[in-house]
Amino acid sequence: MLEIVFYLFAAIALVSAIAVIAVRDLFRAALCLILLFMTVAGIYLLLQADFLAIVQILIYVGAISILIIVAIMLTRDARQGQPAGRLKYFAAIVSALLLGTVLLGILNTAFSMPDSAPWQETIKPLGKALFGDSGYLLTVEIAAVMLLSAILGAIAVIREK
Amino acid sequence: MTLLEQFQLLLKNANWPDWAVYLTPAIAGILLILVFVLTIIIVFIWWERRLLGRFQLRTGPNRCGPEGIFQPIATAIKILLKEDIVPDKADKLLHFVAPIIVFVPILMLFAVIPVGEGAILVDLNIGIIYIIAISSISVIGIFMASWASNNKYSLIAGMRAIAQMVSYELPVVLSIVGVALVAGSFSMLKIVEAQGIPYILQQPLGFIIFFLGALAEMNRSPFDLLEADSEIVAGYHIEYSGMKFAMFYLGEYGIVLAYAGIMATLFLGGWQGPLLPPIVWFLIKVVIIFSFIIWMRATLPRLRVDQLMSFAWKFLLPMAVINLVIIAVEVLVLPLSMQWLIIILNFGFAAALILLWSKLFTLGGGRVEV
Repeated sequence: MLEIVFYLFAAIALVSAIAVIAVRDLFRAALCLILLFMTVAGIYLLLQADFLAIVQILIYVGAISILIIVAIMLTRDARQGQPAGRLKYFAAIVSALLLGTVLLGILNTAFSMPDSAPWQETIKPLGKALFGDSGYLLTVEIAAVMLLSAILGAIAVIREK
Repeated sequence: MTLLEQFQLLLKNANWPDWAVYLTPAIAGILLILVFVLTIIIVFIWWERRLLGRFQLRTGPNRCGPEGIFQPIATAIKILLKEDIVPDKADKLLHFVAPIIVFVPILMLFAVIPVGEGAILVDLNIGIIYIIAISSISVIGIFMASWASNNKYSLIAGMRAIAQMVSYELPVVLSIVGVALVAGSFSMLKIVEAQGIPYILQQPLGFIIFFLGALAEMNRSPFDLLEADSEIVAGYHIEYSGMKFAMFYLGEYGIVLAYAGIMATLFLGGWQGPLLPPIVWFLIKVVIIFSFIIWMRATLPRLRVDQLMSFAWKFLLPMAVINLVIIAVEVLVLPLSMQWLIIILNFGFAAALILLWSKLFTLGGGRVEV
């Protein structure tokens, strides 16, 4: 049964990912992107990564997609649909390179299945791994300070003189 | 073990096929929640109209049935019989989907709200984070409705929705973190069990911040700028009628019920209480919180947009951060046996901080600042 659910999620994810670039209406494209984020969260759930799934929804659906929607709101002629690209050939080359890199990475990786059963409670091991003795305390703190400085920088840039 | 898991085990022992063991309790739970939520919403609608009537020195609806209890049912039938109007230039598909996207996440919230010992749909170990994440989906539904309606007033409401919900999410989350720190878990069941003394006594400031933030999240007065009738007609559901409008209407009360349940769980000790059965205690606490919300609606005027934003960023957010630091220090330094000391300390801190911050908090003499 899990396999059926997985293929369902995968199909929805693929269709909505294609729809993001195929749909002419910008706002609908953004909504398709949100659907894609949700199905990715569903796939995380199937992998028993409940914390990751919830954070995916919290950050991507709750925050990033809203950012995208606000950006669309501030775009002139958003109702006219996606504008035609001027850098067609350049974009084609870049995306072909990107696709090639990703495909190369996927094909050359030997995916191994874990032997042990997944953790029932994921937060504690995650917290220990991040903030424990051999964790990444300094890295996490530096990332937090960097985010804060980015926010302050953004405010400083747009502030009226 | 929750009641649904016991049900699942029962079916497994009765040799039901695998998929049926999986699906039957889930569907039963969903139906149970739907009935529970809709019943309470109907009572809530009646209760709000009666109580508002009393606050405004009139009787409120009292004709249909004893004390007017059937009035919401009559209202529901009236709404359902109305013509469903879709604007000519609206985005028809999104216009149709938006009410569903607003309403479904609200129903999903009830999956992790415990109404009794083991009476919870799923006891996620990330219960509260689930609530924060799921409740943020409704914003997209509201924005879809406002965009698809192709109406400038509803679009203004959509912009307000994004500004308001994103800003007020932060203080709400920070005050929840305080609770999780003391309880030592994100699971809703464990948080209730950890409350010998309700957290409203232990963290009064956290409760006030959560209450105000939640009021803004559920668009209740005095934070009901999304549907401010006197400014933007009816906000995001201006172009909705009939069944679709009913969905928004139900959603509004549904989210109040959900947040009242969450507040009861996080700060008032959930289902715990002497003598009466757990579900009764839970409902009593929910109704008390709901009545308080109606009281605020009847008393306070609506905030201006700039007041709303600066209240979130300049008042609630700093307070929430300070509250979190205080609680973290207390968890580290003070032993658990000194509950009474923590309570007295925190009430002192709350009073001092609120007084101090209200002195510092100004809005630039009426000049519009966003």
